Amino acid sequence: MRSNLNEEQLLEKSRWLRINILKMLSKAGSGHPGGSLSAIDILGVLYNNVLQHDPENPHWKERDRLILSKGHICPALYAVLADCGYFHEDELNGLRKYGSMLQGHPCMNKTPGVEVSGGSLGQGLSIATGIALGGRMNQEDFRVYCLMGDGEIQEGQIWEAAMAAGHYKLDHLCGIVDYNGMQIDGAVDEVMTINPCKDKWLAFNWNVIEVDGHDVLKVEEAFKQAEAHKGKPTVIIANTVKGKGVSFMENSAAWHGAAPNHAQLEEALTGLEIKRGVDTK
Amino acid sequence: MRMVDLKLDFNNIQKKPTRDGYGEGLVESGAKNPNVVALGADITASVRVDWFRDQYLDRFISIGIAEQNQVGIAAGLSLTGKVPFVTNYGVFLAGRAWDQIRTTVCYANLNVKLGGAHGGISVGPDGATHQALEEISIMRCLPNMKVVVPADSNETKKATLAAAEIYGPVYIRFGREKVPSITNEDTPFELGEAYCVREGTDVAIIACGVMVYESLVAAEELAKEGIRAMVINNHTVKPLDAKTLIEAARVTGAVVTAEEHQVAGGMGSAVLELLAQSCPVPAKMVGVYDRFGESGDPDVLMKEFGLTSVNVADAVREVLKMKKNAVNREE
Ligand SMILES: Cc1ncc(C[n+]2csc(CCOP(=O)(O)OP(=O)(O)O)c2C)c(N)n1
Repeated sequence: MRSNLNEEQLLEKSRWLRINILKMLSKAGSGHPGGSLSAIDILGVLYNNVLQHDPENPHWKERDRLILSKGHICPALYAVLADCGYFHEDELNGLRKYGSMLQGHPCMNKTPGVEVSGGSLGQGLSIATGIALGGRMNQEDFRVYCLMGDGEIQEGQIWEAAMAAGHYKLDHLCGIVDYNGMQIDGAVDEVMTINPCKDKWLAFNWNVIEVDGHDVLKVEEAFKQAEAHKGKPTVIIANTVKGKGVSFMENSAAWHGAAPNHAQLEEALTGLEIKRGVDTK
Repeated sequence: MRMVDLKLDFNNIQKKPTRDGYGEGLVESGAKNPNVVALGADITASVRVDWFRDQYLDRFISIGIAEQNQVGIAAGLSLTGKVPFVTNYGVFLAGRAWDQIRTTVCYANLNVKLGGAHGGISVGPDGATHQALEEISIMRCLPNMKVVVPADSNETKKATLAAAEIYGPVYIRFGREKVPSITNEDTPFELGEAYCVREGTDVAIIACGVMVYESLVAAEELAKEGIRAMVINNHTVKPLDAKTLIEAARVTGAVVTAEEHQVAGGMGSAVLELLAQSCPVPAKMVGVYDRFGESGDPDVLMKEFGLTSVNVADAVREVLKMKKNAVNREE
């Protein structure tokens, strides 16, 4: 399924997904808005215009796969999966509640469309590398995407995987770093800098594309370039704003892992309501 | 309870390392199932994965010195229908990649096989850093995981073949040193089924790995004193064969567990967790008591750390005193 939405449709989609993320987090009373909001435009583009997938048949063998390595932002993934029709939107109300299919961190055996379980940072790129290797051995030509946080790539295992993917020239693998500059303790640059980020990936034999992670058309274009690039895996370093779309959450480490209360939700939704027609030009 | 007569001639027992059985089992699994793949981590020959590599080069994936990545890549491979075998020294596999095994493999119940090499103190001269004495504890506490500690090379081969055939994570522990081959190709092996290798009514010695042999030797010695010791090969630490173990405890009324591992959390702990709740009897545990290993000759270390037939026999004598006292108290 590729919907091939135009810019206006993609932006409207993003706005709607943001609303669902905020509502679901507010209802749950806990969870991670900051990194969900920074990555949602990327996920919206991926699921609507890039991935070959079939919500009716989540285990379709030839589907492209998204591995969510930064598992804590699963509210963003859940919003997109519900919107695609992997499950009913009502499920979003159950986020983090006992008995719900929507766990606090992704569980592949509970949620249709979730490719791997995770929540322990730093592991996704290895899994994505394994899937890409297996696909190649099976002569299947699906693509594998892996979304990582910028703080997350402080984990050593990411670089073990980067080394392996570069070594095996996995050009059907595409990493995305949600470069929002923030983690829990504060700015990534202060906690433990990951810079020069681009040079690190280049040194590990990856192709690197830098892009504004909120410019949906540029993001889509970056995915096309990644697919066209042969002989190396590609990483898209997406420059984003943590908490993007909610003025009081933007660039604030405090909103990494705190859910909005009722009043804050109202304020956020009002802001997003006004955005309608502004962003959509 | 299944009885197996091993027909052993104690004066004439061949020896072979369990890692060889693993290597053979892996090659045979590869022949049976084209989806079996092996991941190497720069210690390929010492864990006998070179035998698989040399036969099935296109199904061997070199990962380098990166245990966490090795487990993660195996997880990904399993998601494409492969049956990946991750082989590494037990200390690094179970220890360094524990979170990857827990969250990526076990939580998702992925079809990843873990071969934990160089298990136990008998690794010898490399010393404490390389002697895995904790893996059984930290692997068996993980939901969805199965844990096997075969008694000899033949059994390791069978365990490896069995692991390839069932779905889900399995940890197979094996060692480097030559150990007595007490089973043969025809000895029955079912994952999850303990079996009795020597009948007895006074005490049940429940052992795994090389300690099954040591326990048989101890039982032979004890027979001279008129003590009739049953010996159980409890190769599958998880899932435990509750039926056989409870029956052994019920019939004999006293238990000794024996393993080349920390007593904290190991096979013996697993057995006693079961028996304390279902058939409590006096018990003694043979194993390593809260110490790190040391460099040395494997035989010397086994003695120093209390892992020989002598220690098993001593534990039996002790537990029989407990049994007698318990009976006296009741009267
Ligand atoms: C292995 C591990 N260590 C720590 C955590 C706790 N944790 C959750 S999110 C997070 C910060 C992640 O920062 P980043 O990758 O930049 O994510 P984003 O800003 O996109 O939310 C941390 C430390 C974890 N989930 N896993």
